[in-house]
Amino acid sequence: MKHIVSIEDLDKKSIMGILKRAKELLPVAKGNKKSKTLDGKILATCFFEPSTRTRLSFESAMQRLGGSCIGFADPSATSHLKGETLSDAIRMVAGYSDAVVLRHPREGSAKLASEVSDVPIINGGDGAGQHPTQTLLDLFTIKEEVGKLEGLKVGMLGDLRYGRTVHSLSQALDRFKTRFFFISPESLSMPEHVTDELENKWSTHETLNKILGKLDVLYVTRIQKERFPDIEDYKKVAGAYKIDAELLRNAKSKLKILHPLPRVSEISTDVDDTKHAAYFRQAFNGVPVRMALLEKLIRGNK
Amino acid sequence: MSGNLLKVQPIRNGTVIDHIEAGRGRKILDILELGNSGTTISLLINVQSKKQKRKDIIKVEDRELDENEIEKLALLSPSARVNIIRNYAVADKKIVDIPEFISDVVQCPNENCICNNERGATSNFSLVDNKSIQIQCTYCGRKIDEENINFL
Ligand SMILES: [Zn+2]
Repeated sequence: MKHIVSIEDLDKKSIMGILKRAKELLPVAKGNKKSKTLDGKILATCFFEPSTRTRLSFESAMQRLGGSCIGFADPSATSHLKGETLSDAIRMVAGYSDAVVLRHPREGSAKLASEVSDVPIINGGDGAGQHPTQTLLDLFTIKEEVGKLEGLKVGMLGDLRYGRTVHSLSQALDRFKTRFFFISPESLSMPEHVTDELENKWSTHETLNKILGKLDVLYVTRIQKERFPDIEDYKKVAGAYKIDAELLRNAKSKLKILHPLPRVSEISTDVDDTKHAAYFRQAFNGVPVRMALLEKLIRGNK
Repeated sequence: MSGNLLKVQPIRNGTVIDHIEAGRGRKILDILELGNSGTTISLLINVQSKKQKRKDIIKVEDRELDENEIEKLALLSPSARVNIIRNYAVADKKIVDIPEFISDVVQCPNENCICNNERGATSNFSLVDNKSIQIQCTYCGRKIDEENINFL
């Protein structure tokens, strides 16, 4: 394995290996233990559009392993990159580093970068396309929170049409005998190109109530205002899909709620203190998972 | 096959595209822009054939199709056969197979795809299904069916 462009680049065995290593690295990620596995190595973070969360968690992961980072957070700050092709920029940056994280507004950028780079490219999100490290940290969180990945009943709620995180996560979970419940207004339902590929059973629902009691995991995504021409329609939908502590009284006691964050109002703050809330730990999990991935790519397979 | 070829004059040098799915000949002329090459082109429509019920045939004088054109042809009519003619004889038979990878032939319909936005980038597609002809952009992953293919 050389580049991580899509979650499809990792087979089930590789995914399990990364999750296992991420768990071992938890104390290092928290700063309770030191590691030098990437001592002297350099990670380039090339963010052609801002994503502070993703960038900081990669930089933290690299530095916790004894490596260092170079890069840019927003291309407007590096005007000399304007007019230069992505391929040329990547060739240059690859010459200065041992791996490159690329975030770019256009779909397919990471694939193009992987064709010209001598060092591993990690896709940190390309347009509406792939964001495989988000998927890995989601899988890791589910495994840690529930105790297993195999055979779970997973609900996905909110904007399933445009939310790329739920598309990739569905693809990935499909390898683990997952039963899917897709909960959304019809206008934001899971696209066919995703459901057509699923091997496991799935169903769509307009409301959460009837199926909530069955779920092991509920993955909530943000419904964006921009998707609605009429603000009143948005308010109606946003209100109807809001999760609060009261609603969760009908859930399994072990139900875990995930959210890629940042949230707006889709999860009420009164959920934060319940045993269901896993989303803050999920955000932290980006660090150990990215550490495990960086080790694998930069040091190669042991 | 030879009987049909004899219905119009044989050509001395050039290309004979045979076994084109009936009705596709005109489209192939357009998309390969054969009419613009300044040479003589004959198009035979609805020729009776043993292999297929009806077929179209195109004869292009003094011009040999290149690999790129044959890839386009494969997407337009996978059943077609290409014969390169030199001095009235078949000098080369090209089998028209839809390639596994189709490079620089088809435009990605996704405006936000990097291949439509990077200077010098070439479009790349892989064949997903060769029965219904479905291809997929190597970069953005967009899938296109036969009827929605736009040639570059
Ligand atoms: Zn594309």
